[in-house]
Amino acid sequence: MHIIVCIKQVPDSAQIRVHPVTNTIMRQGVPAIVNPYDLYALEEALRLKDRYGGRVTVLCMGPSQAEAALRKALSFGADEAILVSDRAFAGSDTLATSYALAAAIRQIQKDMAVDLVFSGKQTIDGDTAQVGPGIARRLGLQLLTYVSKIEGIDVEKKEIVVHRRAEGGAQILKTRLPCLVTILEGVNEMRFATMGDMFRAARYPLKVWDKDAAGIEDIEKVGLKGSPTVVAKVFAPQPRAQKAERIETQTGAPADLAVTLLAKLFTRYPHIEREIRKQAG
Amino acid sequence: MTAEAPSTTPAKKPAGRRRVEFDPRLAAYKGVWVFIEHEHNRVHPVSWELLGEGRKLADRIGVELAGVVMGEPGAATRDFCSEAFHYGADLCYLVEDPVLAQYRNDPYTSSLTALVREYQPEILLLGATTLGRDLAGSVATTLGTGLTADCTGLNIDMENRSLAATRPTFGGSLLCTIQTLNYRPQMATVRPRVMQMPERNTDRTGRIVEQRIALAEADIMTKVLQFIPDANQEQARLEYADIIVAGGRGLKRPENFQLVWDLASVLHAEVGATRPVVQAGWVSAERQVGQTGKTVRPKLYIAAGISGAIQHRVGMEGADVIIAINEDPAAPIFDFATYGIVGNAMQIMPALTEAFRQHLATAKLAG
Repeated sequence: MHIIVCIKQVPDSAQIRVHPVTNTIMRQGVPAIVNPYDLYALEEALRLKDRYGGRVTVLCMGPSQAEAALRKALSFGADEAILVSDRAFAGSDTLATSYALAAAIRQIQKDMAVDLVFSGKQTIDGDTAQVGPGIARRLGLQLLTYVSKIEGIDVEKKEIVVHRRAEGGAQILKTRLPCLVTILEGVNEMRFATMGDMFRAARYPLKVWDKDAAGIEDIEKVGLKGSPTVVAKVFAPQPRAQKAERIETQTGAPADLAVTLLAKLFTRYPHIEREIRKQAG
Repeated sequence: MTAEAPSTTPAKKPAGRRRVEFDPRLAAYKGVWVFIEHEHNRVHPVSWELLGEGRKLADRIGVELAGVVMGEPGAATRDFCSEAFHYGADLCYLVEDPVLAQYRNDPYTSSLTALVREYQPEILLLGATTLGRDLAGSVATTLGTGLTADCTGLNIDMENRSLAATRPTFGGSLLCTIQTLNYRPQMATVRPRVMQMPERNTDRTGRIVEQRIALAEADIMTKVLQFIPDANQEQARLEYADIIVAGGRGLKRPENFQLVWDLASVLHAEVGATRPVVQAGWVSAERQVGQTGKTVRPKLYIAAGISGAIQHRVGMEGADVIIAINEDPAAPIFDFATYGIVGNAMQIMPALTEAFRQHLATAKLAG
């Protein structure tokens, strides 16, 4: 079983600040991390490897610093790591990104057939959840998104059964390998890196592929040129005009604060009181 | 956000902006489409919200608004077309086929792609749900066109008649407006509850355009073995809840999150949470509100121990009334909440629960 896990290095969005004057992202000091959603995909791939044997290859597109994300994945137990990195990819939107990653996966396939491609459900910087479906389409793979559980794989018949999160329930789907699976968050807990894997990750001769090595056939399909979407404007969100009315009482006792709040709330917003009574039946 | 007036001063263009000549062949693409998403005989309300927004876009450029309904043959599927008319569609494209009974990526992608190729809409909108995101990504890639995900604002740039889709980026710290200039259709997804629900007018009707698409079950590799409805149906209701009580890291310990459940139980409210609390495993991911969670628009949102970081804020600032309880008087949540109590949430929450309980008890006696 050969599983490719697509990961992305992202700035930790919880720590991002916007410059108050220039409205630009202040990246200084913001740690770059492996997109947290991708770690669920990696752990799920490692579990399948434990169960069925085989190889886990991590694939990442990004600048040379993204090497750190791949080494992190190696320390958890991934076997191979490939960084797809080229200035020609700068400015790629989701369509162009899926083109480049699909090309790289075809290259990997020349070496060893691929049974599964995994990714996280989305990234925390772009939040689009589009690159996975894009790769599947380009490679003609069956697409299974928001998978919460892999029921099992029939290695002989090349079939997989998964639980997929749908609105209001779970779909149990069966399909043929190879396929692309995006893993839902919270479905597993990442294992601890072993000392041996940490050393191996540090020493691992990382493969870095430029556009030629990644097998990009049409340079017009990557980077800004290959991106149909154009960023027309970037701006800071408009703050809501009013600040909170501070609830204060003489005693400051919680019970007094609560009663004062309710009195103010129901006087100014009678519809809230009606709503609460309606809900309470 | 309105379209910018043509500026006489050379505006500083952000990196990535390119001057693109409009390809006249693209003028053949006309109309605004909304994909009507339904599962288990229920249309997702986000589809009606999108029809409301699509109506405004269509009127702005003077074209028709269409709903796209795909499903198994039968009265239920056709009823969805009538509903789409009530919510503002002028016409519906209808694809009926047994293989479309339950959502699967392949047949839905090929049907929607075929419809687009045949009738050439200029704008195609879908809900940013598990289904909509799955389908939108596949369709956009197949058509080789641009797709802007999770938009919070849609408008028309009248200068080039293109869709100006605004979405949060970097966890909500910034907003960016994205356009698809030289490709059609322009695709966008919008999350549930971001747009207002339009008025339903049962007098409105429209015409149905039926399309046959050759689909054979034997050609579809993915099979639905079973559908297991959620045991706890409440989880799906968070986005549409009218009252939400939510907790954040300020509650300090997982057991203190019980205070949120206690107040929610008195108010018959839904429970929400911030990303750190979900990541710490205090509550399930379905309850996460914010940029990487759900967008909510309740009448009342009570935030206990939530600092109001931007990634949480973008998911809940549409609430009518926000009550914030936080120990830190400088917490950003006090910059946009309606009412603020500076204090220890572990003491204030039980007091608030009791005050609501008593109020409801007296209200009942009086009523």
